[in-house]
Amino acid sequence: MWSILASSNFQWVLASTMILGVAAGMVGLLAYWKKQSLMSDALAHAALPGVIIAFLLLGEKNLFILIIGAAISSLIGAFLIQWIQSATRITEDTAMGMILSIFFGLGIMLLTIVNRSAGGNQSGLDSFIFGQAASMVKSDVFTMLILTLVVILIVFLGFKEWKIYLFDPQFARGLGLSSKGMSVIYTVVLVTTIVVGIQAVGVILIAALLIIPSVSARYWTNSFFCMLLLSALFGGLSGIIGTYLSAIGKGWPTGPFIVIVAASFFVLSLVFGKEKGILVSRLEFNAQRKLLNSQTNANANTLDSKGVH
Amino acid sequence: MSYTAWIIVTASLVGLSCSLIGVFLILRKMAMMADAISHTVLLGIVVAYLITKELSGPHMLIGAIIAGLLTAILVQWLNNLSIEQHASLGIVFTTLFAIGVILIATSVGNAHLDVQHALMGEITFIPWETVTIPVLGKIPEATLLLGVVLLIVLICIIAFYKEWKITTFDPALAASLGIPVVFMHYLFMSLVSVTTVASFDAVGAIMVVAMLITPAASAYLWTDKLITMLVISAIFGVISAIIGYYIAAWVDTSISGSMAFATGIIFMLSFVSSPKHGLLAKYTKPMKSVV
Repeated sequence: MWSILASSNFQWVLASTMILGVAAGMVGLLAYWKKQSLMSDALAHAALPGVIIAFLLLGEKNLFILIIGAAISSLIGAFLIQWIQSATRITEDTAMGMILSIFFGLGIMLLTIVNRSAGGNQSGLDSFIFGQAASMVKSDVFTMLILTLVVILIVFLGFKEWKIYLFDPQFARGLGLSSKGMSVIYTVVLVTTIVVGIQAVGVILIAALLIIPSVSARYWTNSFFCMLLLSALFGGLSGIIGTYLSAIGKGWPTGPFIVIVAASFFVLSLVFGKEKGILVSRLEFNAQRKLLNSQTNANANTLDSKGVH
Repeated sequence: MSYTAWIIVTASLVGLSCSLIGVFLILRKMAMMADAISHTVLLGIVVAYLITKELSGPHMLIGAIIAGLLTAILVQWLNNLSIEQHASLGIVFTTLFAIGVILIATSVGNAHLDVQHALMGEITFIPWETVTIPVLGKIPEATLLLGVVLLIVLICIIAFYKEWKITTFDPALAASLGIPVVFMHYLFMSLVSVTTVASFDAVGAIMVVAMLITPAASAYLWTDKLITMLVISAIFGVISAIIGYYIAAWVDTSISGSMAFATGIIFMLSFVSSPKHGLLAKYTKPMKSVV
């Protein structure tokens, strides 16, 4: 196992899943407060046909081109979801479910064709479904690092704008902050995080990396800034620990392990969290009840002493 | 019956039961729950396999129903702890699915059960695993199972038609009439799980989601009446199965993938040409009113 850890390629992979987790944690928090957590799931599935079409057009596995293909196809998905729900009475979740399954179906169709053609099996496109961080080479890692760093910078530098955009759209309009422009930037960073992540985590589980850390962070603080940092921390730690765990076994997929680690952080936060965690709530509830009991007892005693029942 | 005919019959059975259940799914605004359950069913199947070491029939069905109900209960529980529906759904299904995938990768091995299979299904192999039934003769096992499930779905829908209608459109009224709303909710979740797992083996998770949501959503654009919607949705489900098969045969690709894609084609046609909510209707109506 130490030999894996010491290999320089593994260290690069570890760095990239960590920074991916950080980016996903931050962007996921934006998605959470936009009440669009499941959108990331739909967009991730919608990215699959783009990956395969890019591969078919190019004929080789260049991560950067595949990412562009994925981004185009999930942006089309995002646009369709928006269009369907605004043009008809179909609700957002139905539209998401449809786009998700239809695009993924198309992706599977194309993937089957690619795999059937000669040499297709070696393309490693299958790893896009569950993610195989170990299959990344150094150039993939660089592409990932650069894109995720850009995403992190955008979220971090625009922190004030995001806050206003998410929590007080009225005020944002008053300040002249274009909510349409912010929505476009939001969609772009969301899609970028998703498509960058699918190589490492896979299209099915990248959504978890966006959703779970942000909800966990909510249990520790009420400040948006602290939440952003915590969510990034949880995401980054999940990335590192998950990748490390999946490297123990041969051919184990990375995505599920990262998700399990993230979910463990969530359970810890849910139970021990300072804000509304189960334990804290229970203690507060008991304290309140005790207080109430002692008060009613005191009242009862005074009534008793007056001979009233 | 020929090989092709069996595949089309099996896929149509999937289309029928999924699209009937789907109508209630989208009317109850639980479309993403279908996505969630279709993923978590995997965990149920894996655990059932680990316990019984058998990969067939009732064990898997029971495991899947438990997994489906577990999903519904966990989502509800997190929801009660003031986590929004979308977030709790996202947390629960991705986590349970991840556990399922890890169990497969670590302890089951790829020999009997692999994830690829679960996602995409292998409808091509169905006609070869047959059982003999007294009156009907030799029937593929999966087809028989799907037939039974369709029967259960039909019986449940017809027997409680009025209850479904009221709990779907006006839960408060239903509660005041003394209809057990919570029981109906979990009965519905069990139906979704049963349908999902029976279809799962044949066509895989992705096509189940497509079949559950898309035909019903397309039907929703054509009518305002529940009973009509059920009929249209069922027809769309069957048509997509048939179209999907022929697309797959034509370009030689995954059958379940192209069936999912075919539901999309039907939705697109409905989206453009539905008389009331379609795009064409939207563009032509204002002109009529001017004339």
